[in-house]
Amino acid sequence: MTESPTRGPRVGLFATCLMNVFRPNVGFSAVKLLEDAGCSVEVPANQTCCGQPGYNSGDYDAARALARQVIETFENYDYIVGPSGSCMATIRHDYPVLFQDDPMWLPRAQALSEKAWELLSFLADVLHAAPADSHYDGTVTYHDSCSGLRGLGIKGQPRALLGEVDGLKLKEMEDSEVCCGFGGTFCVKYPEISEKMVEDKVRNVLATGADTLVGGDLGCLMNIAGRLRRINAPVKVFHTAEVLAGLADGPGLAGAAKESD
Amino acid sequence: MTAATNAREAILNSVRSALRRGPLDDARRAELDARRPHHTRPAQDEELVARFIRKFESRAGTTVRVASRADVPAAVEAYRADKGLPAHAAVGAALQDLAFPGLEIHHDPAGISETMAVSQALAGIAEPGSLMMASGPASPITHNFVPDDHVVVLDAGAIVGHFEEAWEVLRARAEGMPRATNIISGPSRTADVEQTIQLGAHGPRRVHVIIVG
Amino acid sequence: MEIRSKEFKQRAVFAIHDASLQQALGKARGGFVGKRAQQAAELPEFEQLREEAKNTKNHILDNLDHYLERYEAAVTAAGGHVHWARDAEEARRIILDICKRVDAKTVTKGKSMVSEEIGLNEALIEHGMEVVETDLGEYIIQLAHEPPSHIIAPAVHKTKDQVSDLFEKAHGGPRKTEVADLVNEARRVLRDKYFKADVGITGGNFLVAETGSSIIVTNEGNGDLTQTLAKVHIVTSGIERVVPTLDDATLFLRLLARSATGQETETYTTISTGPRRAGDLDGPEEYHVVLVDNGRSKMLAGRFKDMLRCIRCGACMNHCPVYGAVGGHAYGWVYPGPMGSVLTPLIKGLDNAYDLPNACTLNGRCASVCPVKIPLPDLLRELRHMQHQQDITPVMQKRALQVWRYVATRPKLYHALEQVGARFLSAIAKNGSIRRLPLAGAWTDVRDLPAPAGRTFLELWQGKRGQK
Ligand code: SF4
Repeated sequence: MTESPTRGPRVGLFATCLMNVFRPNVGFSAVKLLEDAGCSVEVPANQTCCGQPGYNSGDYDAARALARQVIETFENYDYIVGPSGSCMATIRHDYPVLFQDDPMWLPRAQALSEKAWELLSFLADVLHAAPADSHYDGTVTYHDSCSGLRGLGIKGQPRALLGEVDGLKLKEMEDSEVCCGFGGTFCVKYPEISEKMVEDKVRNVLATGADTLVGGDLGCLMNIAGRLRRINAPVKVFHTAEVLAGLADGPGLAGAAKESD
Repeated sequence: MTAATNAREAILNSVRSALRRGPLDDARRAELDARRPHHTRPAQDEELVARFIRKFESRAGTTVRVASRADVPAAVEAYRADKGLPAHAAVGAALQDLAFPGLEIHHDPAGISETMAVSQALAGIAEPGSLMMASGPASPITHNFVPDDHVVVLDAGAIVGHFEEAWEVLRARAEGMPRATNIISGPSRTADVEQTIQLGAHGPRRVHVIIVG
Repeated sequence: MEIRSKEFKQRAVFAIHDASLQQALGKARGGFVGKRAQQAAELPEFEQLREEAKNTKNHILDNLDHYLERYEAAVTAAGGHVHWARDAEEARRIILDICKRVDAKTVTKGKSMVSEEIGLNEALIEHGMEVVETDLGEYIIQLAHEPPSHIIAPAVHKTKDQVSDLFEKAHGGPRKTEVADLVNEARRVLRDKYFKADVGITGGNFLVAETGSSIIVTNEGNGDLTQTLAKVHIVTSGIERVVPTLDDATLFLRLLARSATGQETETYTTISTGPRRAGDLDGPEEYHVVLVDNGRSKMLAGRFKDMLRCIRCGACMNHCPVYGAVGGHAYGWVYPGPMGSVLTPLIKGLDNAYDLPNACTLNGRCASVCPVKIPLPDLLRELRHMQHQQDITPVMQKRALQVWRYVATRPKLYHALEQVGARFLSAIAKNGSIRRLPLAGAWTDVRDLPAPAGRTFLELWQGKRGQK
C-alpha cells in the first residue's frame, strides 16, 4: 500500500466495532477506496463506538458520553467517514438530537453531523468517484440496510458503484428493502422473531440464484451470513466496499477468514 | 356541575394544559374560524365525464349514457331486463317526474326484500369517479344500501372535478348539509376472507349509473 | 379488553409456530404493500400530500380545544348530542345509559377501534344486549371470540378454512368453502340484524367541525346499514379525530384508502350530520357522538403529540416485518404493530407493555409509509428511554449497558478487550464460523457467528501505518 497522498480532503475513518473485530478487510477496503479517490485517510486511535447501542436502548446519558468522545476525536477532520449506514446515521441524525438542550455541545455535534458520511454515499455523492478498474466474477445481490436506506437515502449509490465493477452482474432480490432481523440487540432479545425475519431474507437471497450477497452494514451481513452458513447455503457475503476495492477474495463473511486476506 | 359538564371541562382543560396555554382569545378564534385551507388537489386533465366513467368502471361499477332525462325509464328497463330482475323497484321521489311503465314502483324506504332501487345523485366527483348522494324525503338512504341492484341517475353537468367542488355543491344548498351524504364509488365489496375481493358484501352487488346529457 | 402485552414474547413465539397464522399473514403481506406502492406511484402529489397532512394535523392539535368546541356546537345545531368521556369507563357508561334508555335489545356495530379500546362489547353483553359486529372481518373474529389482529383487516390472521369452520358452527351446515358463499352467508345472517337493531354504533374516521358531521369510510357498506337502520346511531371517536373543514377531511381521505388497503378510494365515504329530519323516510331518530379522551390529551404535552396525528390506516403494520412475523395478537391489546407499540404503553402503562417498544429493529419502514409522517421509531426509542429512566428496563440489561459504557469510554481498555475477543473467537472457530457460543445462545441458536480473523483492524492498521 502506498502512503496517503497529501492533497484532497483529510478523512478520519470511523472504524466500526464489528469491522474492527470481525472484518478488518472492510477497513482496508475503505481506506483503499478513499485513497484512490484522492483522500488522505487517518484512523484515530482514540475511537471506540458511536454510542448507538446506548441510544437505542434508551440510555441517552451513555450515548452522550460516547458521542462526546467521537466528536472530540473527529471534529478536526474534514470528514468523518465510516463503512456503516447505521453508525453514520447515528452521528449524522442522532447526535444533534442528543445535544439539543446542551448549548455547549450542540454546535459541535451539528458541525460533526454535517461532515459525517457513510462510505459509499461519500464516494458517490461527495467525491463522485468510480472504483478504479476493479473486477468481480459473479452474480451479486444487494441488501439495503435499513439505517443507510431510510436514514441516509443510500440506494442508488452502491448499485451505481457496483455497476462499474467489471464482470459483476447485479440481480435484485425481492424485498431487498425489508429488514433482515438484525436490529442490534434486537436479534438477541427476540431471537425467534429475528430468526423468522432472517429466514425470509435468506429465502429472497437464495431465490435470486446469486452467488454473492453484498451490503453496507456488517451487522446485517453477519446476521444473514450466519444464517446462510447455518443452512449450508453456498453464498459468499461481502461488504460492498470489499467488492469495489477488489479485496473480495474467498467466501467473505460466510466462510473461513484468513489474516492474509 | 354535572358529571357531563365536568368531563367536558376536564378534557378541554387537559388539552389546554398539555398545550401550555389557557383558552384561545377571541382574536385567535376568529382567525381559526376564517381559515380556508387550500390543500393540494391531484392534477387531472381528463374530460370530467370520461374520467368519471373510467374511474367508476375500474371498480366494477357500470355506466350508460343517455341523451336526456326522458330516456331514463328506458335505460332502467334495459338494465332490469338484462339482469333479469323482478319488475318492481324503490324509486326516490326525486325521480317522480318520470313514469316507469311496466315497473311497479314506490317512494318508500327500501325494505329487507327490496331487489332494486333507482336514485337521483346530487353530483358526481370525477377525481375518484364517485357518486355523491344527498339524503332527504325524496332520496331515502336505504335505497343506496339495501337492494342488490342500485341504479343511479346522474346529470353529466353535475359531475365536478375534485372533492372540494363537491363540498361547494353541499355548501350551496339552501337546506344545508344533508343528513347523510353518501359518496359511493361502486358496488359493496370485502376482502376480509384471505384478501380475496368479493363484491356485494352488505350493500348492493351492482351499481349502475345512468349519465344524462 | 384486558391487556396481555406482558406475554408478548410467549405469544410471539407461539405465533411464529402457528402454521395457519403464518399462512394467513404470508398471503396478506404482499398484497397490502404492493397495492399501496402502486397507489403512491400513481399519484405524483402523494409525498406533497403526506407533508400537508402532517402539517394540517399539527395545526389541528395545536388548536384542538377550539375545534372540539366548534364541532360540538355544530353537532348540537344539527340536532345531535355530544358526550365527553375522560376514560374508558366513562365512555362505556355513557353508551350503556343511552342503550338502556331506549331499552336496546340488539346493538349492531360498524368497525370501531375506539369501542375495542374502551371494552364496549363486553359491557353491553353483560347488560343483556345482543351485540353484533357487522364488518365481515369483525364478525368473523366475534364468532371466534377473538380480538382484532389488525386495525383495518381485523381477521387477517384467519384462513378461509378457519372461516368456513366458524360459519358452519354458527350458522349450521352445509359447510361453505368458497369465499363468495361465505360472504353471502354472512350477508344473509346480518341483514336481519340490521333491520332489528335498536342501536347502531360506528366509529368516526373524521369529525368535521365546520358541519358537525362524522365521516366513516368502508368498503362493505355495513357501517351505513348499521347507522341507517337502527333507531339510535352512536359514534365513538377519539378527541383527536376532529378536523376543521370538509376540505381538511379531503386531504386525509386522499391518503387513507391508498395507505390502508392500496385502493384509490374505499367504496363508501359517508358524511353523517345529525338525526333523521322532518320528512325523512329513514335514518336514526337519535344521533350521539361520544368523544373519548382516554389518555390522548395528556399525549399532547410532549414528544408523543406526533402520535395523535394517526389516522388509523394500518400502513405501519402492513410494512412492519415484526408484525409480519408474529401477527397482531402477540401485541396483547387493541392496537398492534408500530402504532400499537407506541399507543399501548402510553394508554395502558409503560410497565404493562415492556416488550412492545423494544421488539423492534428500528428499521424505519413504518415511518417511511405513514401518511401523516409519524416518526414511529423515534417514539419507540423515546419509550425505551422512559423505561430506562423509570427503572422498568430489566436489571441485566441495565448492568450490561453500564459495563459497555465504562469500557467504551476507555479506548485503550476497549481495544484490549476487542483484541482478546477477536483472538478468542478466532481460536474457537471451525471453518470460519462458530456454531455454538456459551452465553450467546440467542445468536447461535439461530445462526452461525462468522469468526474474526484474529487481529483487529486497529492493530493491523497500526502495524502497517504506525499511526499515533
Ligand atoms: S401510525 Fe401512521 S401508518 Fe400507522 S396507522 Fe397511524 S397513520 Fe397509519
